[in-house]
Amino acid sequence: MDEPVFELSGATVRYDPRTPAVDGVSLRVRRGECVAIVGPNGAGKTTLLRALLGLVPCSAGRALALGRDARAWPRDALARVVGVVAQREEPAFPITVREAVEMGRYAHLGAWRAMGAADREAVGRAMRRTDVETLGTRWVATLSGGEWQRVRIARALAQEPLGLVLDEPTASLDLKHEMELFELVADLVRHDGLAALVVSHHINIAARFADRLVLLAGGRVVADDTPERVLEPGRLAAVFGWPVAVSRLPDGSPQLYAERSPRTPGSATP
Amino acid sequence: MAALILGIALGAAPLAPRDLLLGVLRRGDPTAIAIIWSLRLPRVALGFVVGGVLAVSGAALQALVRNPLADPYLLGLSGGAGLGAVLALAAGVVSAWALPAAAFAGALAAILVVYRLAIVAGGALDSRILLLAGVVVGAFAGALLSGVLAVSEASQVKTATLWLMGGLGGVGWPGVVALATYSAPAVAVLMAEARALNLLALGEEPAQHLGADVARTKRRVYVAASLLAAASVAAAGMIGFVGLVVPHAVRLLKGHDHRVLLPAAFVLGGTFLVLADTLARTVFAPVELPVGVVTAVVGVPIFAVLLRRWTNPSSS
Repeated sequence: MDEPVFELSGATVRYDPRTPAVDGVSLRVRRGECVAIVGPNGAGKTTLLRALLGLVPCSAGRALALGRDARAWPRDALARVVGVVAQREEPAFPITVREAVEMGRYAHLGAWRAMGAADREAVGRAMRRTDVETLGTRWVATLSGGEWQRVRIARALAQEPLGLVLDEPTASLDLKHEMELFELVADLVRHDGLAALVVSHHINIAARFADRLVLLAGGRVVADDTPERVLEPGRLAAVFGWPVAVSRLPDGSPQLYAERSPRTPGSATP
Repeated sequence: MAALILGIALGAAPLAPRDLLLGVLRRGDPTAIAIIWSLRLPRVALGFVVGGVLAVSGAALQALVRNPLADPYLLGLSGGAGLGAVLALAAGVVSAWALPAAAFAGALAAILVVYRLAIVAGGALDSRILLLAGVVVGAFAGALLSGVLAVSEASQVKTATLWLMGGLGGVGWPGVVALATYSAPAVAVLMAEARALNLLALGEEPAQHLGADVARTKRRVYVAASLLAAASVAAAGMIGFVGLVVPHAVRLLKGHDHRVLLPAAFVLGGTFLVLADTLARTVFAPVELPVGVVTAVVGVPIFAVLLRRWTNPSSS
């Protein structure tokens, strides 16, 4: 069953009838594959995720999870195959790390069933995998940004999903925690065979860890290829509206950097 | 348990422990039997169910609107129920049965208007809009209520005011049975949504990603919790702060898993109200305080402490 875990084909989402937020986007993410969605603000990255997760309807085209229309999945069934680390989350009441990770089992437990041996095993495995097993009794509000992100990944893993979606997972993390998080995601893809879809502002880090970059601009896919092929200075300069150059790290991965403005300040925008 | 015994034992007419025991077994002094079986027992039972139901309703609504300071009456129920009752009185209806029925109808009407407003404005039962709509509808009903009272006769005003203050006296066993019948299915619905409420406390989007059907959960919880509050208002008038303070105390004691929280809130809410009612009956006996006065006197200071704690999380 090498069906893509996530698939969009010609998907179009309109909040307003004239300008679609996502316009005829097609992409596939299979198991064992890490795909990053990059692009400037307002490119439609978040809307694309919402369509993929069945949270908004497509006015044209299709959004599929494991071959089934994303909006046809009951939410609990979808949560058993797809784990999501959303951008924002603020618990209204204090909970412990273990309680938070156990919530990953709810989709398996339904309304009434108590946690069984298999559930506890899944929770323990997820917490070991993300290195948060020593944090079990801490209140989540006392965690550092990096710890909290790892706890949320542990919770997603406790769902025992085939696919993982991460929306700006490192937005507020420092260098070390950002690298740790991406190394973890890369490892989950290599060793556990998950399909990972990451939305990130950080093109350079995405270029180092993703198998493919999907460059989005104005709701359309501008490029969908390996990082080497996508990071092409002319194309990126056009998409971001700023002159850029690309260099290479010793390991060969391409890195983007923005040029200082060649023009006087104030006339820099095209 | 002790609270229940205390509630049966204490009252305006003192009963000796021996009469009490015999009375419960329907033996001995017929006056004691009558006091116990037709006054004290139904009153304690009603107090327990009303207190329990209000606390469960409050706990569920706090999770729904993601705000630990929410209260069943915040959603416009009190205004609606009061208006319903006062309209019935003004229309010359005096039957002890009609008053709760009218209050229930008024509360239901308020629930419908608030729900409708929240759907029209937000589409997805946005909790902020729900709260605002509740406050506005409550204020509107309150204004109408004052208007009706102003043009009513003094005796009606007194009846209505006393009823609005809340009391567990009037309804007897039929009232207990009616409330229990209304409440059981609503409590069952809330229990079935207990895990979904845990998820909802994380935020709507994370809740969806973890498998909750958020729109369905919000709809069910709102309707069930409102029905509970409306039924309790119909049975016992306006009794404030039980739905606010009790869930809080339980959250502090038992944590935030609603599968534990909801049943615990029921038991503690029931106990709290029975104790408050016992106080209300005995402190100035033979004059009886409205139980709502006691819950408010106890509840407001607790609320103040909680509010402080909520606004300065570091001090908790």
